[in-house]
Amino acid sequence: MAAAKAVHKKTTRPGAAGPEELQQQDGLMPTKVSLTLNGEAVSTEVDSRTLLVELIRENFIKTGTHVGCDTSQCGACVVHVDGRSVKSCTMLALQAEGADIRTIEGVATDGELHPMQEAFREHHGLQCGYCTPGMIMSALDLVKNNPDPDDREIREWLEGNLCRCTGYQNIVRAVKAGAEAMRSGE
Amino acid sequence: MYEFNYHRPASLAEAKEILAANDEAKIVAGGMTLLPTMKMRLAQPSDLIDLSAIEGLDGIKDTGSAIEIGAMTRHADVASSDVVKAAIPALAKLADSIGDAQVRNRGTLGGSIANSDPAADYPAAVLGLGATIRTDQREISADDYFLGMFETALAADELVVAVSFPKPKKAAYAKFPNPASRYAVVGVMVADTDSGLRVAVTGAGACAYRATAFEEALSSSLSAEALEGLTTDSADLNSDLHASAEYRAHLVGVMAKRAVQSLGG
Amino acid sequence: MIKNGMGAAVRRKEDYRFITGNGQYVDDINRPNQVYAYIVRSPVAHARLASVDTAAARAVPGVVAVLTGADMATDGIGGLPCGWGIHNKDGSPMAEPGHPPLAAEVVRYVGDQVAVVIAESKAIARDASELVEVDYDELPAVAGLVAASADGAALVWDEAPGNICYDWEIGDQAATEAAFASAKQIASIDVVNNRLIANAMEPRSAIGEYDSGKDEHTLYTTSQNPHVIRLLMGAFVMGIPEHKLRVIAPDVGGGFGSKIFHYAEEAIVTWAAKKIKRPIKWTAERSESFISDAHGRDHVTHAEMAMDENGIFVGLRVSTRANLGAYLSTFGPSVPTYLYATLLAGTYKTPAIYAEVKGMFTNTVPVDAYRGAGRPEASYLLERLVDRAAKVAGLDPIEIRRRNFIQPDEFPYQTPVALEYDTGDYGAAVDKALELGDYDSFDKRKAESAGRGKLRGIGISTYIEACGLAPSNIAGALGARAGLYEAGTVRVNPTGSVTVLTGSHSHGQGHETTFAQLVTEALGVDFDLVEIVHGDTGKVPFGMGTYGSRSAAVGGVALVNALEKIRTKAKKIAAHLLEASEEDIEFKEGQLTVAGTDKAVAFSDVAMAAYVPHNYPLETLEPGLEETAFYDPKNFTFPAGCHICEVEIDPDTGVVDVVSFTAADDFGRVINPMIVEGQVHGGVAQGIGQALYEQCIYDESGQLMSGSLMDYCLPKADNIPDFSVTTSVTPCTHNVLGVKGCGEAGAIGAPPAVINAVLNALAKYEVDDIQMPATPERVWRAIQSAAK
Repeated sequence: MAAAKAVHKKTTRPGAAGPEELQQQDGLMPTKVSLTLNGEAVSTEVDSRTLLVELIRENFIKTGTHVGCDTSQCGACVVHVDGRSVKSCTMLALQAEGADIRTIEGVATDGELHPMQEAFREHHGLQCGYCTPGMIMSALDLVKNNPDPDDREIREWLEGNLCRCTGYQNIVRAVKAGAEAMRSGE
Repeated sequence: MYEFNYHRPASLAEAKEILAANDEAKIVAGGMTLLPTMKMRLAQPSDLIDLSAIEGLDGIKDTGSAIEIGAMTRHADVASSDVVKAAIPALAKLADSIGDAQVRNRGTLGGSIANSDPAADYPAAVLGLGATIRTDQREISADDYFLGMFETALAADELVVAVSFPKPKKAAYAKFPNPASRYAVVGVMVADTDSGLRVAVTGAGACAYRATAFEEALSSSLSAEALEGLTTDSADLNSDLHASAEYRAHLVGVMAKRAVQSLGG
Repeated sequence: MIKNGMGAAVRRKEDYRFITGNGQYVDDINRPNQVYAYIVRSPVAHARLASVDTAAARAVPGVVAVLTGADMATDGIGGLPCGWGIHNKDGSPMAEPGHPPLAAEVVRYVGDQVAVVIAESKAIARDASELVEVDYDELPAVAGLVAASADGAALVWDEAPGNICYDWEIGDQAATEAAFASAKQIASIDVVNNRLIANAMEPRSAIGEYDSGKDEHTLYTTSQNPHVIRLLMGAFVMGIPEHKLRVIAPDVGGGFGSKIFHYAEEAIVTWAAKKIKRPIKWTAERSESFISDAHGRDHVTHAEMAMDENGIFVGLRVSTRANLGAYLSTFGPSVPTYLYATLLAGTYKTPAIYAEVKGMFTNTVPVDAYRGAGRPEASYLLERLVDRAAKVAGLDPIEIRRRNFIQPDEFPYQTPVALEYDTGDYGAAVDKALELGDYDSFDKRKAESAGRGKLRGIGISTYIEACGLAPSNIAGALGARAGLYEAGTVRVNPTGSVTVLTGSHSHGQGHETTFAQLVTEALGVDFDLVEIVHGDTGKVPFGMGTYGSRSAAVGGVALVNALEKIRTKAKKIAAHLLEASEEDIEFKEGQLTVAGTDKAVAFSDVAMAAYVPHNYPLETLEPGLEETAFYDPKNFTFPAGCHICEVEIDPDTGVVDVVSFTAADDFGRVINPMIVEGQVHGGVAQGIGQALYEQCIYDESGQLMSGSLMDYCLPKADNIPDFSVTTSVTPCTHNVLGVKGCGEAGAIGAPPAVINAVLNALAKYEVDDIQMPATPERVWRAIQSAAK
């Protein structure tokens, strides 16, 4: 990775400031961030405290990536950063400078579902659909590292992805079937 | 989050310069603890210094007698490293038990030990294996490093660069995870090393510590039976919703035995 | 069987948008010129608001408005209404204090709404919220049932002495006392039903929008029942007539009850949007959900079962205290009464039952329905008590159940606690579960576990629930303040495609698929040509929403009734087109045929004729092909079943692993077995969550200690086993589909099966009680104290 140097300046610190100081602050100086999103080079301006998930959802209006918690437990926000699954609620937008980001919207190609997506539908691996994008992104990272995971490995890998609807069984089935389809190059 | 200045310096020197200029600056490595803390508005750094663009801070090297791991090396890379798995499989296994897959993809060794969270896993490895912490200024022995809850021997302007783990004869880590967060309620690293038998405990106390009574018992007989009858005083142990101090004290013994049992031949 | 019709495991229509990231949940919606709300919430459990100073917050650049309870009162905004009134033993009504959306004088729990900050960005709103200066004059708080019931306890409400909202009873007390007097043996138990939080993965969210040109409000909200919100908020809180208020609940990311209720934030954004003339979005952070979503369960109960010498139940008496929280949530009072004590007969012929329930106010988040709502509490109590009765009577837990079951030939069966069960075969479900769970070879598995140093236990529960809420006349007599029917409209489009408008709401249940199956079954229309529309009061004529496992049994039946009207009209049109008599028209698989001939017309042609009525019986029939039906059920439905759980306990740490779980459920007829199985999986997982992992813990001062997902443990993939699931079918006798409902069963049957298994595993230590959740430390302590 290029050793990019970046400094993002703000004018005051509102948290530490008293009301008067806060009232005087003239806001943030937004910083430009450039990255690749689902194969497309994009850039926008963000505040230092903008999270990667906010960048994705609010700046680029890719709302398939969800926020289900504020303590990095639920995994609804999982995306790929430089090929690895990451909780996009626990990364700053500015930390994604120069990165290659893939979200659920970038998984299907030309309207053709990815085998992992197809497996979630075939095996009823979703109900309300809220955790599903994170589950699929997490599952894809698993299969990249372990092309033929067994049930136990799938369940352990998915520790960071909570689902409240399915009881996980059909998700495990889906991931297994999706991995198999990926192995056989479907 | 409160506002802050974000810096992504290209060199350690530059990072130090920014650190020196800002009293309330904080270093961010993987950010797995710091960013959630900031999101909850429980931390309010003036400046955030992101080390990810500095070259040479990550990587895993076999130096012959030890495995040296760069501070910015991600947990997932330690867990999957053939070098680590061959020389210190217990360390790879420990790294693989931290948090969840996504935490392991971002979290770093340096970030973990600089923070010294009482429930973090790595401190047990650093202390249990008798590692040496290399900073930009000096080398610190693990025994001198962990001072208290979120407190280490690092000076305010000192950065961890790498940790060198001497290869043990054998070692094993047993962990009782918090069911919700998967932090260690209690984690015990047992290592048979060239410098003697070491037992390090994380999760139970204010910071990682060595269980000396266990070490003595195991030094005379490296078996789970040797730990029978040994108890841990719960007086100074942590107590929370998930485990009382008394229960933690009990778990220290159970996890130590399990680690010994999985030492293998 | 018709393709993709009733009984087929059709893959879901709705999945495509979810797996491609194209679902549209409330927080995915952004309205032009939108601003953001952040709610200032009380950090203390009970206090008088001495002052609320918003000046500093208002002065922050980017802040649009800061509004308080005083502003709301000035605008005449009403309190959040309670939808169910309960009466005391003496016939007097329950205490029903007001519930302002923003507190004006007193805050009564940590999380109570104090002010709203509206700003150009979420971050600015949050920053400025820290500058709202609230002076809290703290009052003593009662944070749980024990504290609230103590002598001289501080009062949450002056109008509720002893913190008692109601002191209610059901059943025949004299008959029950007589049964106890004659009993040969008595089993008794004390149980706590742990307080839970639904934690649907999508946090609640609401967008208020006001069109000043038309004087129209729109509320986008994460709701299970948008029409109910329109009624409650429009009529009772805001005074907005229905035609000026549109409520949209788009894709909703799970509900489990927690999104039934009318919440303060919905009223706040609707009200404020008109004041500031801009759309306002509020989305909960998860930690905020913990202190603002209604909680569930939270009972403390003592119960006794009287038996004759053969272990036959002769009487049951139950005394329960139920935590209602600080305010009455929409359906809060009904949950520990009519949804709980009416189920205490269970699957058994206990002839005399008496239950009394005290609903208590505490300085905690309001408590309301959570998956199962009252029925899990009844089932847990009864199935724990029956296991204990088996011990007292010296009978096998399965044998004592079989001896006391209502038999298949005894239906309809009137229980001593108000309900009349229409049908069931409880022994058949037990047989199926025992076989599927390989019950007979348990000893072998136990020995194998023992070889690995583990304690294995097996537990059973046989539950019943009352679903298909509800017959409006019965519910009304019991205190419901609304009707509980459902509405469905079938709009056949000119080319023969079908649009269904249903008042049911899908937030994971898959109605877009199962309801389309019903249409395909009735009209023979290709499954892909059916569209199910729900969740928008601007599109759907009316509806009461989805909760209480009611969608198939009430909404589905309403749809089928509307489909029957379409079939009738289509036959009339076909008779005209085919120059035959209406009685001779057969309607099968999309074709309308003159019986005994090859004269036929396709349904799509009938539709076209209805909209292009050139050749049409205009003198006797209106053009068009659209029908609506309202359906009010005659009775509740009564799903029942048998769950068997096996656990392994690590005696050194106390960790409990669920190693196998078998469910044999009778849901009546099944529309889509794949979806039903998924509902069971999810329900059982939540039941295991209650039994082993989940609990709300308040400290004495009323702070929620388990206030985030760091500390409130939801089951993860590696905490849950694969389930073995089957169904046994006795069709419901009083609806045309024969369906009963499946959404809540798992959460009802699982907790007692798990805990009975844990106690079975600990039998050698003579541990006879353990509270939920059976955490490792609790189990370890139980073993320690037994060993002493």
